[in-house]
Amino acid sequence: MKKIFERPKSLRDVPTHYCAGCGHSLAHRLICEVIDELGIREDTIAVCPVGCAVIAYDYWDFDCSEAAHGRTPCVATGIKRVHPDKIVFSYQGDGDLAAIGTAEIIHTANRGENITVIFINNGVYGMTNGQMAPTTMIGQRTSTTPLGRDVLRDGHPLKITELLAQLPGSKYVERVSVDTPANIIKAKAAIKKAFKNQIDKKGFSLVEVLSPCPTYWGLSPKDACLRISGEMTKEYPLGVIKDI
Amino acid sequence: MAKIMMCGNEVIGEAAVHAGCSFYAGYPITPQNELTQYMSSRMTESGGTFIQAESELAAINMVFGAAAAGARAMTSSSSPGISLKQEGISYLAACQLPAVIVNMMRGGPGLGNIAPSQADYFQATRGGGHGDYRTIVLAPSAVEEAWHLTHLAFDLADEYRNPVLILGDGILGQMMEPIEVVRKHLHGRIASHDPRNKPWALTGCKGRKPNVIRSLYLGEGELEELNRLLQMKYSKVKSKEVRFESLYTEDSDLVVVAYGTTSRIVRSAISKARQERLHVGMLRPVTLWPFPEAELQKLAKKTKAFLVVEMSAGQMIDDVKLSVLGKKPIHFYGRAGGGIPTEEAIVDIIRDILKARSRKKVRV
Repeated sequence: MKKIFERPKSLRDVPTHYCAGCGHSLAHRLICEVIDELGIREDTIAVCPVGCAVIAYDYWDFDCSEAAHGRTPCVATGIKRVHPDKIVFSYQGDGDLAAIGTAEIIHTANRGENITVIFINNGVYGMTNGQMAPTTMIGQRTSTTPLGRDVLRDGHPLKITELLAQLPGSKYVERVSVDTPANIIKAKAAIKKAFKNQIDKKGFSLVEVLSPCPTYWGLSPKDACLRISGEMTKEYPLGVIKDI
Repeated sequence: MAKIMMCGNEVIGEAAVHAGCSFYAGYPITPQNELTQYMSSRMTESGGTFIQAESELAAINMVFGAAAAGARAMTSSSSPGISLKQEGISYLAACQLPAVIVNMMRGGPGLGNIAPSQADYFQATRGGGHGDYRTIVLAPSAVEEAWHLTHLAFDLADEYRNPVLILGDGILGQMMEPIEVVRKHLHGRIASHDPRNKPWALTGCKGRKPNVIRSLYLGEGELEELNRLLQMKYSKVKSKEVRFESLYTEDSDLVVVAYGTTSRIVRSAISKARQERLHVGMLRPVTLWPFPEAELQKLAKKTKAFLVVEMSAGQMIDDVKLSVLGKKPIHFYGRAGGGIPTEEAIVDIIRDILKARSRKKVRV
């Protein structure tokens, strides 16, 4: 009998702390599948964010560093400049990348650092009780927008990925989703391309992953996935934003 | 080798390169700009990395990454910028990463001014950021000493896997002095900046288990255990790394305690006072943390009084008080907000104290 599906070698066989239906588990796995397929596990150094994925290093079986909230791309920059031949990626949530770390991600992209960024957008601060994130949809209820995000009070959803695509330093920017099997396959292809770009020394690559947070969206895992295609993709359309 | 004229900022940069520093990230702020500028060319020439970061926060976190990757890494700034770096310094200390941070202090609080100051003593010697941690703090008083202490800073950082601060001020940073630049290590310690000597560094997990650099410990008792280990390390630093200079302390009725640039003004004041046959000496802490407590305790048995002189409203005086423990009177003369103590004022105060004309005539 031929084995056609197994746990990626880069992913540890340990219980997960993520909630049922959380997109982080899927994104973690896709990254590990890609790392296995590219044969780069022993050359990879990850920078884990502050947020729900803070202990990603418990799941990933390769070198990892923590980073202070939002400074993830700075730490990745430091590592990559010291080890230009290693594969360095940062894994960041929307609070980390689009709020407290806005300056850091913009300048890292603008310097054209040859790193890979996996940006998980679930529209809330999952670690701290589901507060409003910069990416929260207009009208979306969160623990700090109990009546829904109000543009006059809270501003607009921040399309930071489109913003980063404007910069000459960014080479590849794509938004994907993990809401359906078909989209998961596309997400994996995008993540693989973002890593391959780094191997080929093409420069800064970022993949935004629309990711369900059933817990703080107040939805079942299935309905959370449906919300991505039904609501989120209207604000955050899927597809390649930049590829040069 | 002939002596050349260099300012303190440049000398620290050159010494860092000689000490094997291969990564520098900085952000402009006066009065340390010469260091960042010097590194912009010198790091490139020496095959290292220079990054002008988008902020002090970014710079210290780039240094965090470089240190995690096993490099000897440095950043520099001045007071307001060092405040921004405190987040990163706390993480460096927690993750036990070696790094050198230079603070050429300026007047504060707030944006303050760009005049020399020593008002970041508390911040430097008490950790500075959140959590129970310490940084080793070296305080050069001259350009040549800055050369030696920069080498020492990298050695100590690697040996103890701890951030080391070089605490200077605007005068030290910008003043030019003659220096003989010797292209070799001046300390007997084993240089461990070769990444191969850092088995904990992030280099890719080939042939070993993955390394993780982290400061988050959520398990029962885990963080307490980390803190216990850190405190054990700090105890070792306190017992082994205290450095100071004594001047005429053997026969002094008054010991002036001063560090950095201030100690040079005090030195001149003391030689003047000695001409008047005033029995005054100086203790100059070279390490501000660990502080030369034991030496002060020893001096407290011999001398009649202490005078602390600082370019602040009085910060190091707390450590002098904690060392002397009320055994002898401690006088203070300080200038805050960028003011510089004058030799004449110090001689006046020494004379007043020793002649007991007015022990209350102490200006702050």
